[in-house]
Amino acid sequence: MDKKTITATLKKNAMLVVLILVYLFFMILTKGSIFKPSTFRALFNENAYVYILGCGMMMCMLTGGNIDLSCGAFVCLLGAIGSVLMVINGIPVGVSLLILLGIAVAYGCGLGFLVAYVNVPPWIATLAGYLAFRGLGTSILTKNSSTGSISVGTKNSFLNIFSRTLFETPENTLNVPCLVVGLLAAAAIIFMVFNTRASRLRKGYEADSVGTAAAKAGIGAAAILLVMGKLAYAGGIPTVLVWVAAVVLVYSFITSKTTVGRHFYVVGGNIEAARLSGVNTRRIMFIAYLNMAILTSISAMIMLARFTAANADAGKNFEMDAISACVVGGVSASGGAGTVLGMVIGATLIGVINKGMTLISLDANWQRVVKGFVLLAAVVFDILSKKREK
Amino acid sequence: MAKILLEMKNITKTFPGVKALDNVNFQVEEGEIHALVGENGAGKSTLMNVLSGIYPYGTYEGDIVYNGQVCKFSNIKDSEKLGIVIIHQELALVPEMTIGENMYLGNERGKKFAIDWNTTYAEADKYLRMVGLEESSKVQVKTIGTGKQQLVEIAKALAKQAKLLILDEPTSSLNEEDSRALLDLMLGFKKQGMTMIIITHKLNEVAYVADKITVVRDGATIETIDNHGPEPVSEERIIKGMVGREMTNRFPPREGVKIGDILMEVDHWTVHHPLYPERKVVDDVSINVRKGEVVGIYGLMGAGRTELAMSIFGQSYGVNFSGELKIDGKPVKMKKSVTDAIKHRIAYVTEDRKGNGLVLSQSIRVNTSLANLDEISTNTVIDQDKEYAVAEEYRKKLSIKTPSVEQLVGNLSGGNQQKVLLAKWMFAEPDIMILDEPTRGIDVGAKYEIYCIINDLAAQGKCVVMISSELPEVLGMSDRIYIMNEGKMVGEMKASEATQENIMAAILRSGRGA
Repeated sequence: MDKKTITATLKKNAMLVVLILVYLFFMILTKGSIFKPSTFRALFNENAYVYILGCGMMMCMLTGGNIDLSCGAFVCLLGAIGSVLMVINGIPVGVSLLILLGIAVAYGCGLGFLVAYVNVPPWIATLAGYLAFRGLGTSILTKNSSTGSISVGTKNSFLNIFSRTLFETPENTLNVPCLVVGLLAAAAIIFMVFNTRASRLRKGYEADSVGTAAAKAGIGAAAILLVMGKLAYAGGIPTVLVWVAAVVLVYSFITSKTTVGRHFYVVGGNIEAARLSGVNTRRIMFIAYLNMAILTSISAMIMLARFTAANADAGKNFEMDAISACVVGGVSASGGAGTVLGMVIGATLIGVINKGMTLISLDANWQRVVKGFVLLAAVVFDILSKKREK
Repeated sequence: MAKILLEMKNITKTFPGVKALDNVNFQVEEGEIHALVGENGAGKSTLMNVLSGIYPYGTYEGDIVYNGQVCKFSNIKDSEKLGIVIIHQELALVPEMTIGENMYLGNERGKKFAIDWNTTYAEADKYLRMVGLEESSKVQVKTIGTGKQQLVEIAKALAKQAKLLILDEPTSSLNEEDSRALLDLMLGFKKQGMTMIIITHKLNEVAYVADKITVVRDGATIETIDNHGPEPVSEERIIKGMVGREMTNRFPPREGVKIGDILMEVDHWTVHHPLYPERKVVDDVSINVRKGEVVGIYGLMGAGRTELAMSIFGQSYGVNFSGELKIDGKPVKMKKSVTDAIKHRIAYVTEDRKGNGLVLSQSIRVNTSLANLDEISTNTVIDQDKEYAVAEEYRKKLSIKTPSVEQLVGNLSGGNQQKVLLAKWMFAEPDIMILDEPTRGIDVGAKYEIYCIINDLAAQGKCVVMISSELPEVLGMSDRIYIMNEGKMVGEMKASEATQENIMAAILRSGRGA
């Protein structure tokens, strides 16, 4: 590998490098406590929603830098409705979840219709939800509870689906299923990387060099083993991890392998060219917002389960967290470019910075300042590195 | 000999990996019109960007000597201060602002915090009259046509006290009439002592307006031809310099192509403007195309050719359609959908490849497969290996010059972009291909290759409808020619009977007079 390819590789994976550096930085600063199994677990629990909303936000942003401002407030509203359905009205958990999903689909369709067919600018269409939903959610909560908060702590089947742990074992003992899953996933990654390469070579196409393939497989496998190995000492696989993994894998597949995913990229790249190539551009815009609403409902349930209670502050700033994850992860603010993996790295980077700052007990206000600058730095870096290429 | 106003000495400009300019020497005399010709990517625009300070001093090697002084421009402002003003190919006007506002954008009259609008508009009007525009400078730019917008650009340059005016493809989006007016305007300026450099692909314009012609090829100046020599400079002579070889035939012959039955018929087709539904953009037009036939549609700007094509193509333009579309003799009820048109095996290759043809931020591979993704996917999952193979196949077939099909389309030259656009539609395997200005803004060599592709398509028995504003092209490539004017079909003739004169006569007869 010559110097040029090294710099190019570093540039391409800059955020991954930054993530590792930031992690090492906090390692030193926290004297290793960010490396504890419990921290890993907490990282997942605290950031699960970012990954899920990030997938949805990325789809919106791909269509041309459009965003959904309403998702945070919608989390609050859905949490309020869900808790009332399950706790106050005693409706079975399964039915309640279906109702919540139904509400999300209805909202998504309405929003998608406005954006795609009435041509309402997305940020205005979703600003309405941003303003209205938290108010609506709060008023539902205060009407049904004197404290303005409804606990779902007794709904075990609900909590089992969205929080808690699979095959739970006591902390600091080795959880075998978790480790096995980790090993399988790592093996799967290694197999996939080399299998793709082999099939490309067989057909005579351009393929990664052995070194690049090994690096890709190695980093992927190492990351999975690290996370799963740590979680194995923190009680086992958190159910949210299953949700996050499922969503991330599905969206990764959709965006990179399917025609629908391709359509999202070309709509963001040049909407007129997409239209004149037979892409139903309005349908893509519609799907983006319907999809966002559905993913928001999953996030809402995860948040409700995590705090075992619905309250007026649920979901505050979630839309900003999702947007930040996308932007830091290299999703273009003007659409047409970005990957799920990038978004995941972006979300993890922000999560690690948050966690690190909390561990060194930095003042919460200063944490915000740091986050703001990180976001700005990421965008500036992105723009500058693209400029250099030209 | 007149005074040398500008001399560019040994200019070398390197981009990462490419030497865009290699030891270029270029001289312009005071008071002349100097044409700069060359294929796309030859380095003409780079040279002008060096001159105007877009590539600042220090990023290139060599010297710019202007008016006897070595110049070290660090930005456009510096070069404009000396009267070197460049008018770019793409119009740089803000449509929502008035002409006056546009003309003094960044060059505002009055004090820093108080723009003097009276002076602005008075001066703007003065310069508008100089370029022959009657419009008030208080009207919005979006309300005037492209031809007039180009004149506003020139007025804007005059307002900057231009002494050396550089026009980059000034007529590329103009019709013949407006082009001629613009060239005459240039000749008028010359009489008043202005020096001009014009970059253009249209060789007839070069012959008409230029005093000297400098040919650029592969980043080097090949020769400078004097247009006032004893013998007139022929287009072939210039082309030879540009491509480095003799071009015996600008249009490849189409031999042994059998013209078959009528495949597509459009009867009494009428389309209304989407914003002003009372206005007919296409008015009672009937055309037909046979298998293996190349049908040219000629017309001036605004004749309704693009609108006709796009309305046939899944009603992607216009409202209130009437008329009938028949394919293979059967009437087709086409929905307002491009997908439907593609299903009926119609393709529309746009005139505006950057605007609505290609996704510049995506690779050649992605663009090639875009109109026929289903072909390379099963259950909506794209087979990316197959996609790569398809892109490779078309890269070879159309000889698209690129290191890899993973290259972003935005990084390609105009001619290669046009080929990618054609590849996209060829991969969709249409029977009817409507090509809208297929050679706009691309160089002679690439044009020839596009013509060869058109011949191949015809040889495969496809119907080719070629819309073009270039008369020689229409005459050279078509089997049959339709002539449109103001939304109406005003003539149809066999290529063997058609001449420039009778085509223009058909347009003149049709009423308005071109």
